[in-house]
Amino acid sequence: MFITRRVEFSASHVCSRPELSAGENAAIYGPAANPHGHGHNYVLEVTLEGEPDPETGMVFDLKRLKDILNREVVEPMDHRFLNYEVPPFDRLVPTPENIAGEIWRRLRPQFPLEGPRLSNIRLYETDDLFVDYSGVEGSQ
Amino acid sequence: MMRITRRYRFCASHRLNAAALTAAGNRELYGKCNNPHGHGHNYVLEVAVAGPINAQTGQILSLASLDGMIRARVLDSLDHKNLNEQVPAFAGGVPTTENLAGVIRRMIAAAWPTVFPDSPAALAGVRLLETKNNFFEIRS
Repeated sequence: MFITRRVEFSASHVCSRPELSAGENAAIYGPAANPHGHGHNYVLEVTLEGEPDPETGMVFDLKRLKDILNREVVEPMDHRFLNYEVPPFDRLVPTPENIAGEIWRRLRPQFPLEGPRLSNIRLYETDDLFVDYSGVEGSQ
Repeated sequence: MMRITRRYRFCASHRLNAAALTAAGNRELYGKCNNPHGHGHNYVLEVAVAGPINAQTGQILSLASLDGMIRARVLDSLDHKNLNEQVPAFAGGVPTTENLAGVIRRMIAAAWPTVFPDSPAALAGVRLLETKNNFFEIRS
C-alpha cells in the first residue's frame, strides 16, 4: 500500500552559475536567472510503500512522518533564500531537480530497510512544473 | 533517473463523427460530442521527460528549450483551432482525445532529435486532460 503526505514550504532562489555570463544564464534558466531572486510555494508529496501494521492498522504513523518532513525539509527551507541559507545550494544550482535530489538525500536515511520504503517524492515548483524522484535504481 | 513534468494549456474545438457510421450511429456512439456544430475544451497537456541531472546545469534538460519546442511544434498548431478542419492529422480522422494524445506524442517525437540532439533525456510520457474529469496518457 502507498501512503502520501503533502507539505508546503515557500522559498526564494536564483538559478544561475557564476562562471557564465548574464546572457548565458538567461538563455539556460530563463527568468529564473534573475540575480535578485524570486520565490515559489513549493509543494512536496512524499510517498511511502508498506503493509499496514496488524495492530495499528497503519503503514506508518502519519504524525511521525509529518514531524520528519518538518524537521528535514520544512524547517530548514521554509521562508529561506535557498542559495544563501540552505547548503548545498551555495554551490549547487537550486533547480527543482536538484532540490528534489537534496530532499531525497535528507529523507532516505529516515526510512531504514526494516520499515516502510520511501517510494517516491514529487516536488511541485508551481502547478505547472513538478519533478518525481524514486532514487537511483538498485540503491534501495 | 529523475522525471520532470511540465504542464501546458490550449483551447480547441472538435466534433466526434466517424465517417463509417450513419448519422444515427454517430449520435448513439458519441452522444453530445457528435453535435454537428462542434464544441470545445480547455485542454491541459502534461509532458514528462526522464533522464539524469546534468551536473553543470542542474537540469534534466533546458526548460526554455522544451517550452519553445512545445510552443512552436504543438501549441501553435492546436490552440484556438478547429481540430477537424484545421489540423491536417485529423483530415478524415476522429479527433478523440485518445487520437489527439497520439498526434501530440508524434509531434514531440518528430521535433525531439533536432531540439535535443545530444541529450540523454527522453520523452517519458504525454498526458492530455480533455476536462478535469477525464484524461488520457501515453507512457513511453
